[in-house]
Amino acid sequence: MNWLALRMLTGDRSKYLSLILSITFATLLMTQQVSIFMGIVTRSASQIVDVRDAELWIMDNKVRYIDEAPYLPTSDLQRVRSVPGVEWAVRFHKSNMTARLSDGNFRNIVIMGIDDSTMVGAPRRMVSGNLVDLNLPNAVFIDKAGYEYMWPGEPFRLGREFQINDRRVVLAGVCKASAPFTTLPVVYTRFGEIERLLPANRNLMNFILAKPTSGLDPLDVCHAIEERSGLMALTQDGFFWKTINYFLGSTGIPINFGITIALGFIVGAAVAGQTFYLFTLENLKQFGALKAMGVTNIRLIGMILLQASVVSGMGYGLGMGMTAIFFTFTNRIAPMAGIHLTTIAASGVGIAVLAIILLTSLFSLRKVLFLEPAVVFR
Amino acid sequence: MIAKTTEGLAVVCRQISKEFGSGETKTVALRGVDLDVFPGQMTLLVGQSGCGKTTLISIIAGLLNATSGSLSVLGEDIIGMSGTRLVQFRQKNIGFVFQQYNLLPTLTAIENAAVPLIIAGKSRRQAFEAAKAILSSVGLASRMHLLPNQLSGGQQQRVAIARALVHEPRLLVCDEPTAALDAQSGQTVMELLRRVALQPDRAVIVVTHDNRVFSFGDRIVHMDDGVVTNVEVPDRTTQPDSKVVLASHT
Repeated sequence: MNWLALRMLTGDRSKYLSLILSITFATLLMTQQVSIFMGIVTRSASQIVDVRDAELWIMDNKVRYIDEAPYLPTSDLQRVRSVPGVEWAVRFHKSNMTARLSDGNFRNIVIMGIDDSTMVGAPRRMVSGNLVDLNLPNAVFIDKAGYEYMWPGEPFRLGREFQINDRRVVLAGVCKASAPFTTLPVVYTRFGEIERLLPANRNLMNFILAKPTSGLDPLDVCHAIEERSGLMALTQDGFFWKTINYFLGSTGIPINFGITIALGFIVGAAVAGQTFYLFTLENLKQFGALKAMGVTNIRLIGMILLQASVVSGMGYGLGMGMTAIFFTFTNRIAPMAGIHLTTIAASGVGIAVLAIILLTSLFSLRKVLFLEPAVVFR
Repeated sequence: MIAKTTEGLAVVCRQISKEFGSGETKTVALRGVDLDVFPGQMTLLVGQSGCGKTTLISIIAGLLNATSGSLSVLGEDIIGMSGTRLVQFRQKNIGFVFQQYNLLPTLTAIENAAVPLIIAGKSRRQAFEAAKAILSSVGLASRMHLLPNQLSGGQQQRVAIARALVHEPRLLVCDEPTAALDAQSGQTVMELLRRVALQPDRAVIVVTHDNRVFSFGDRIVHMDDGVVTNVEVPDRTTQPDSKVVLASHT
């Protein structure tokens, strides 16, 4: 009977192809949008994820997300260091500035100031140059995508100079960093250099990065810091989700992507549903004949579900393949760097495709199950 | 014309009634039909459109439930049969030939003819061998790998007959098998059905209003307004028989 179901399905090639293509299209649209959505939202907290060596982030207790953190007095660093359970704590700066290039062009940048002595928060992967070179006077690192944005088409050339806040800086390395939400270049320098670049500011530390003593629950240490300092202390994971939730709740991004994803689902369901339903309707007499010849409802359900599974499996596979190809190519474009097909997107869309095909089959099944075999004589 | 003893009869209908709908929309399709179908014979059910002949064969074939009456098909009381058993009974014992052939358009002639055996659980190889043999016997050996839309109406109906016979059912139920065919093809199909009917353990019921084929019937049951009005038994000595070599009609 499986053979019969498959021959019925594949015999009409145009319908077979349109069924597969409708699922492929729905899969491509949904997976691509879910992946881009996840990528963009994750970017909002990418600088948090990039700091691998500190487990705790301490900041003003009114901070809502990473890009909106006021500066803290240096005394707060000492207060945090004095909390029992804190193994070490270092200062960290993050802000947006403007870089002026030698040709007069300027670019907005995200600048990160890391602790001079410990280098906590420094980039982990260098594309060109060595981490130790950040200790050189006026030295900055820039992320690979940022370099390509600031000097498009030019090979990596260390030692080139530009200005930040009218102060001369020297490019000492090109590193890999997760793309920020705004796709601005990410510039790393030492905290000491930040003090040189922003001399007018009284305080320049907007975060304290810390590590709890080994064996202690990081959440317990966070509570202790909050009690003693009046600051907000979060684990890296906690700060990551706080930032993401801010973007989800305060921007139109989820609604915008949600609409596209829903449209993908609806269009996929409508096209696949209509085609599959029409396919069943056109074969209704044949299904009736099969019923008359002794095919039970259970076997008919099996046949239709097999047809639906084949169509959804092929469509899903093709859609995933096309999405993977899409991201393989777009990953080479700087604004799309780091956005890729995720397991969550693939699984979620798999469930959505399953829902589409079950919904579709349900309508077709209803028609076939309630079909009187005597219809063949009408 | 009712047999005095029902033993050995292929179909015995007694006081079969069928109503559709209820209240003001109620329609009475059959009003106490009595009918006997003999094995080794072709029984024609004839009458105007709407007289109840299609309803009657649907009930005989186990596709429709009678509202009242008793019905024995091949010695089994099918009115009291459970759904699953009835499906199995149909699968094993009844072959169907439809007016519009109802061939699966995406299957070739041999695949279509093999369908009842596939349904019965035979392997594809066994089913195709049997289908090949039966298609050869209906003169379609050279066309068995063609799709229905590549065959003429007469050829499609012969594929449908091959499909109806491939699992060797004891009762063949045909609904207007010649209605969509030209005279020549209609004759060929009826000759083929007649040859089938001449086998002593098999009965053929043909619903038709095509008076060109009345001469093929061993018994002609006339129906009108849901009742059997007359049963004719033509003199067979003047009827066409199965001497025609069907394989020559391609």
